[in-house]
Amino acid sequence: MGPVSRIPVSRILGYRLFQALLVAVTVGLLTFVMVRSLPGDMAYRIAAGRYGYDMVSSDAANAVRAELGLGGGGAAALALWFLDLFRLDFGESVISGRPVLEEIRHQLGHTVGLSVAAILLSVLLGPPLGIAAGLRPGGALDRGLLVAASMLRALPHFVVGLILIMLVSAGLGILPAAGHGGTENLVLPALTLALGLGAVSARVARDAMVQVAASPYYAFGRVKGLSEARVFLRHGLRNVSVPVVTYLGVQFVGLIEGVVVVESLFAWPGIGHALVHAIFSRDVPVIQGTALVMGMMFVLLNAAVDLACLWLDPRKQAS
Amino acid sequence: MIASTIPGPAPSPAPVPMRTRIPRQRLIGVAILSGVVAFAVLTPILWPADPARQSLRHALVAPGWSEPLGTDHLGRSMLARLSAALRLSLSLALLSVATAAVPGVVLGILAAWKGGLVDRSLSLLGDVFMALPGLLLVLMLAAIAPNAPWALYVGISLVLWIEYFRLTRATTRTLIASPAVQASRLLGMGPAYIVRRHLWPEIAPMILTVGAFGAAGAIMAIAALGFVSVGVRPPTPELGLMMVELLPYYEEAPFAILQPIVAIFLLVLGLNLVAGRDRI
Repeated sequence: MGPVSRIPVSRILGYRLFQALLVAVTVGLLTFVMVRSLPGDMAYRIAAGRYGYDMVSSDAANAVRAELGLGGGGAAALALWFLDLFRLDFGESVISGRPVLEEIRHQLGHTVGLSVAAILLSVLLGPPLGIAAGLRPGGALDRGLLVAASMLRALPHFVVGLILIMLVSAGLGILPAAGHGGTENLVLPALTLALGLGAVSARVARDAMVQVAASPYYAFGRVKGLSEARVFLRHGLRNVSVPVVTYLGVQFVGLIEGVVVVESLFAWPGIGHALVHAIFSRDVPVIQGTALVMGMMFVLLNAAVDLACLWLDPRKQAS
Repeated sequence: MIASTIPGPAPSPAPVPMRTRIPRQRLIGVAILSGVVAFAVLTPILWPADPARQSLRHALVAPGWSEPLGTDHLGRSMLARLSAALRLSLSLALLSVATAAVPGVVLGILAAWKGGLVDRSLSLLGDVFMALPGLLLVLMLAAIAPNAPWALYVGISLVLWIEYFRLTRATTRTLIASPAVQASRLLGMGPAYIVRRHLWPEIAPMILTVGAFGAAGAIMAIAALGFVSVGVRPPTPELGLMMVELLPYYEEAPFAILQPIVAIFLLVLGLNLVAGRDRI
């Protein structure tokens, strides 16, 4: 475990707050450059998106230009841009004309639901298998798990999803391949994400379990005459869960990235799906809103992991 | 997935043991990778065909003597397309990794060596690029310059350099405080000597591991972007793009969609094995 470093809660929260600020600045700058560097006359493009290609005229384009304030100079525009950003005023989607914030609120629920299902499923799949493998290193389960985890890690999320669709939906015909509605629509996208997450957390749990099982305190628990189950619950579980939870934080990068792709694949009406569509149609207000929310989600999840680690491993807490 | 950015407190790098023989895992990885690279490079020489040439009368032909890997829904040669897609992914990934490694290592050494303000501002720069998940950054750059492979290349490099920076910085910090480097400095040895004799032997094996994981991440990111239609545009053959294009025909021609899937699997598996120890 290395030397014990004491990290107070305020420092963790301070760093994550700072990170959140960086997310806002990065997203703001990137989207600003995006708006400025859009090839062609954006007003025409937006007008086409709104009224259809047949209805575009210079009058319509001018109306759009005036409405969205597409004229104007650099520095002032940047200042206004950030002012709007920090007031959470993303404006309206240039395609649908609806307020971005309202659309995001709707989509965020779907994305959070999918992510929570994926994390829960991965926690049910990964660590228990990893711990079972780590209790008997070199056994059949351990070797099988290593092969399975290596293979899963060599497949991007969308390929896992594709294979699941082909095998389960089309092959067996039991679950819908895409769409949104009932629980049956949630299973495949959540499983896709969970398999990727679980492959890593199984390996982390396995290595941690091997380490813990070889430690003097674990041996002492056995010598004391505790049963296998008791020594595991009392001395194993908590020590194994620290690296597993820490690694969950690292995996959130993969989760957020996975959400973008998996939602698109399964036509899940969440933020990732919206982001990809917005990038495809250059709907900058939506890009800005969705990227910002996803970045904030990432920071928030990491802060939660930091606090969970502190709670699990009291040695890190400041006295 | 570009999961090369590890947030939170920097994990101290595990000391890489000096091995006299190459582990078996790594050898298997090298063998797989060599096979894939040989396929990608040799195919246009041994079987020259235009990956964009359509022939609708010969759509979705099963593998045979005239077309060793069959044809896709537009009657294009899968052999030519697959090898072209692999060449694109491999060269973009290699280029991004190389571009990320040089500034990453140099800035990492610089930050650890100078300390103080230099260290803090460089670490801040790293934090800026780590604040957003890598794929989001690449996606947004792809939106700024649609249909331009350089945006993918720049985006992926910007995500990958941080890992080099963090590991080099952490390694250099511990090494600089070590008695060996202190002795060298007392003897009046210059920075070039210290980097060459003390730092480089420790950093070099790390570069291979980080580079292999980085290349794997880059290849998966390129394919993911192609898959959601914001990366490379058709008709350029690209692994992710080929999968979307062939998905509607998988019942008539399962062999066709399986090819890009197997290709990306072997590529990433090979790179992961070459990287050696788990990234854990």
